[in-house]
Amino acid sequence: MGILEVKNVGKRFGGLQALGDVNLSVAENSVHAIIGPNGAGKSTLLNCLVGKLIPDTGSVMFDGQSVLGRKPFKINQMGISRVFQTPEIFGELSVLENMLIPCFAKRDGAFHLSAFKNMLDDKEIIDRAQHMLEEMKMADKHSMNAASLSRGDKRRLEIGMCLSQEPRLLLLDEPTAGMARADTNNTIDLLKQISDERDITIAIIEHDMHVVFSLAERITVLAQGTPLVEDTPDNIKGHPKVREAYLGETQDAA
Amino acid sequence: MLKLNKRDTLLFVIVTAMVLLAPFLLNPFPQGSSMAQMFNAGYPDLMQRFVIFGILVIGFNILFGLTGYLSFGHAAFLGIGSYAAVWMFKLLSMNIIPALILSMIIAGIFSLAIGYVSLRRSGIYFSILTLAFAQMSYNLAYSVLGNPSSSYNLTNGETGLQLALDDPRILDGAAAANGALPVTKLFGLAMRDSYNLNVGGWLFTFNVGYYVAGILMLISFYVSIRIFRSPFGMMLRAVKSNQQRMNYTGLNTKPYTLAAFVISGMYAGLAGGLLSSMDPLAGAERMHWTASGEIVIMAILGGVGTLIGPIVGAGFNEYFKNILSKINDGVLHQWLSFLPDGLENFIVGILHYFVGKGWHLTLGLLFMLVIIFLPGGLVEGGQRLAKMFKSKKTDDESDSNNTPAE
Ligand SMILES: Nc1ncnc2c1ncn2[C@@H]1O[C@H](COP(=O)(O)OP(=O)(O)OP(=O)(O)O)[C@@H](O)[C@H]1O
Ligand SMILES: [Mg+2]
Repeated sequence: MGILEVKNVGKRFGGLQALGDVNLSVAENSVHAIIGPNGAGKSTLLNCLVGKLIPDTGSVMFDGQSVLGRKPFKINQMGISRVFQTPEIFGELSVLENMLIPCFAKRDGAFHLSAFKNMLDDKEIIDRAQHMLEEMKMADKHSMNAASLSRGDKRRLEIGMCLSQEPRLLLLDEPTAGMARADTNNTIDLLKQISDERDITIAIIEHDMHVVFSLAERITVLAQGTPLVEDTPDNIKGHPKVREAYLGETQDAA
Repeated sequence: MLKLNKRDTLLFVIVTAMVLLAPFLLNPFPQGSSMAQMFNAGYPDLMQRFVIFGILVIGFNILFGLTGYLSFGHAAFLGIGSYAAVWMFKLLSMNIIPALILSMIIAGIFSLAIGYVSLRRSGIYFSILTLAFAQMSYNLAYSVLGNPSSSYNLTNGETGLQLALDDPRILDGAAAANGALPVTKLFGLAMRDSYNLNVGGWLFTFNVGYYVAGILMLISFYVSIRIFRSPFGMMLRAVKSNQQRMNYTGLNTKPYTLAAFVISGMYAGLAGGLLSSMDPLAGAERMHWTASGEIVIMAILGGVGTLIGPIVGAGFNEYFKNILSKINDGVLHQWLSFLPDGLENFIVGILHYFVGKGWHLTLGLLFMLVIIFLPGGLVEGGQRLAKMFKSKKTDDESDSNNTPAE
């Protein structure tokens, strides 16, 4: 039994069957990649895992509990954090504040009326946030507006924010999309380090095969809403069906 | 000091000094001079309005400034607070303390209900919902619940709710025995009492009601600073910035926005209760949608999301409303008498539309100018001036100030 068990999940948008019949099992503490051409339904699948969408059919179990029907903030509290395809951070807030928010959420829960505490007096939380910023190598940028960060830094910040919640499952949607090679390599190193040092399961959607083959222990190939194959990176590389459906196509594009 | 950081302490001290010294600051011209007639603002009722509307907009800013939810119906809570206070004067006592407490409680209950429904939507739909609720409240107050011949006459309709000699006033009914209506008071101090100080040609008025409202405004201001600097305040700013990220960070945004809505509704209730404490008469026009619009205008004029902006905006609006409506054609002729007659009449003819009853027009123009040139409100104007001044003095010193605006 994996920590995440997706069974027979289907999702239809009007006339479009975005997800057909998806079965997926992600083993605890592994790095599992989901690849597939544009429009294959990868983001839709992720949306079904975090409560942004409710699938029409099937079940999604996390650590033996169903996530379906729960609100996104409840699912997050179960231990699932998500990094978005375009970084979702608090642009108008400082980098430190961005990091403080998940730390408060982790300790104080979904709602806490602490209207008369001075935020900066909360040493425990401040230390935790600063520690996380150091780990993300962003401590020097703590007072910057998050909106003014580079794309790579925004992504790092978002990953750091998710990690500060100590999730058991981290979902990443194309974390290196639109990044320069150097930033991509930094992100690969960061994710490697995260998965080596922590008890964490990572599910990653990625188009960049370099990233996928550097990180993943297992790969699921999704095409037109249904999984084609699931296997180890080595077997996927040589798989004829995959080459046909996917790899050939992106190698041209890359 | 007071658990505020250095900058906030300084700001709070300055505002405190200005509130306490307002009778001097607002009366710069000697009594009886033509300048005094025009520009002095140290009259009890005007000074009361400065601080009471200050409270109202400080509260509004906690909702709009921090969360970005633009309520277009906040005047409803002002009106509800006013009615609640007058009822307290009628039924219980002329002491303003129970009246103010009830104003805040009733406004809090209404804002909880209205906020709960309105916050199901965001953006323009939220604004429209609050507007609709406020207009419903206005109509209820104006007609449905205000029919003098019915047994549920809560608001006394068009005439407005006022004191009567035969009100029960359980705690101090005897006060009305001498045949005159009793006055609002804080224990022994009557709100309308004033102490006049004559110095040379100047007359300074220290009014009890003003100081009571002023001190309550300072407390309100202090509370708002604490909220701004708290984790709760940061969460409210996060709501404005990215609700999606909050939801996927395990945070429930709904109770945060609702708490902000109720807090700001209670501020409005307090302001309404204070208006009735200064003059125990509550009318439905206080809840009209134009009154709600004026709150939004004051907040934007001053500077949304800043600490001091609401006070500046409320003061600016009330001050200019007062001056502009006092200027009439006679005054204009007097000012322009140095011009040749034809030109003088021509200019007065044009300006006529901008003063007196036309004050809306001028204030509207000022509002437009501020929005276009100072999108951050008058506070931004002040910050720009301060920066220009600073960089002239020390242009080698780099400006690395990154804390949120005051
Ligand atoms: N909310 C929606 N409403 C309607 N159609 C949608 C919605 N979200 C996704 N789709 C459609 O479902 C299909 C799968 O989309 P999805 O975003 O999951 O693809 P993807 O695999 O993530 O692609 P990409 O690699 O481009 O991110 C697409 O055809 C898309 O247009
Ligand atoms: Mg996608």
